Amino acid sequence: MVVSVSLETLCRRAGDLDPVEVEAWVAREWVRPEGERGRYRFREIDVARVRLIRELRQDLRLDEEAVPVVLSLLDQLYATRRRVRLLCDAIERTAPEEVRLRLGEVLRGLSEVE
Amino acid sequence: MAAEDPYQTLGVQRDATQEQIRAAYRKLAKKHHPDLNPGNKPAEERFKAISGAYDLLSDPDKRARFDRGEIDAAGQERPEQHFYRRYAEGQEGGRYRAGEPGMPEEELGDILSEFFGRGRGEGGTIRMHGRDQHFTLTVEFLDAVRGNTRRLVLPDGRGLDVRVPPGIEDGQTLRLKGQGGPGIGGGPPGDALIEIEIAPHAFYRRDGRDIQLQLPVTLAEAVLGARISVPTPHGAVTMTIPAGSDTGTRLRLRGKGVAAHGSQAAGDEYVTLQVVVGETDAALEGFLRDWAPKHRFDPRRGMVEQ
Repeated sequence: MVVSVSLETLCRRAGDLDPVEVEAWVAREWVRPEGERGRYRFREIDVARVRLIRELRQDLRLDEEAVPVVLSLLDQLYATRRRVRLLCDAIERTAPEEVRLRLGEVLRGLSEVE
Repeated sequence: MAAEDPYQTLGVQRDATQEQIRAAYRKLAKKHHPDLNPGNKPAEERFKAISGAYDLLSDPDKRARFDRGEIDAAGQERPEQHFYRRYAEGQEGGRYRAGEPGMPEEELGDILSEFFGRGRGEGGTIRMHGRDQHFTLTVEFLDAVRGNTRRLVLPDGRGLDVRVPPGIEDGQTLRLKGQGGPGIGGGPPGDALIEIEIAPHAFYRRDGRDIQLQLPVTLAEAVLGARISVPTPHGAVTMTIPAGSDTGTRLRLRGKGVAAHGSQAAGDEYVTLQVVVGETDAALEGFLRDWAPKHRFDPRRGMVEQ
């Protein structure tokens, strides 16, 4: 079951947000809820993302034009981290213990060089 | 655990203005926001402390009560917040892919196959091409000129017969199809790549398909001419040295270089004479002392300033 909330609940939960502002973010595709305008459903990840955008805008005073740049870089960063995680899972599942130990040694060696 | 002093947390003076407090918070939050530091675990704790301190000091009423000692900094942390990074790294995170919405994300499989060069066969099972294996084989100079078959013993004990074609160059690589690492899941084996190193020869030198040889001759052979035996990679041959030859005189033995191979014609052997005086005797010395050459000859002309 996917838990999702309405725009109103989202605005309350994410810390006193103006629904009009959030709708503008949706229009700019900074947040991508499901459903049509007026019947948006926000999942937990969307709520967390809205909260992040609010913090970028209000607390960190990011310019409206800077927000999509930051979001795009963050999305790329998280995509890379997801892939690394998948790769680690695949190694964990398939590599014999000897290989995993050796891999650990090599990686420790690399981070020492760094 | 006693909470840190909020002024210290934000790095501001006790008499800092609201604007200074806001600026200090903004600067620290930019640096420590957990969603901007996904790989950094302590960032979340640090950010909580920073926002707690800011919540307290940015509210003039709370700040005044704290300054009077009526409340302490404890309990000022914000309620447990689920940061974006908690979701972004899970499967759900894929909903916010970089680039245009709806544009397919580069698949992990694509990246992996780039790294490992693996392909997927039918039925979803992995069929992998065996690894190419690299070896070095040192061949004798004459084997490289004439061509030969050499046996290479691999580290795993396997023997491999390598047919060295005539005219192979130093550093050239021979690919033996299917002689590399075994394939996986029914995949084809890899190739053996054999880099050829040609050992130098005591007196021959290679020049492409030709052979260069510096051939010592006696003074008499050079001056009077002679028929002498000359070594070639294909066995000794008899060669005529014309009378009046000298050091540097170049003679060609056609077809005595790299053996003909495929459509390539055989190379030649070039013999460069080198007059060697050797041990002399009284007769030669006497002759030279009395010798008055018809043409005066200075071999160092132009080399030494007059």
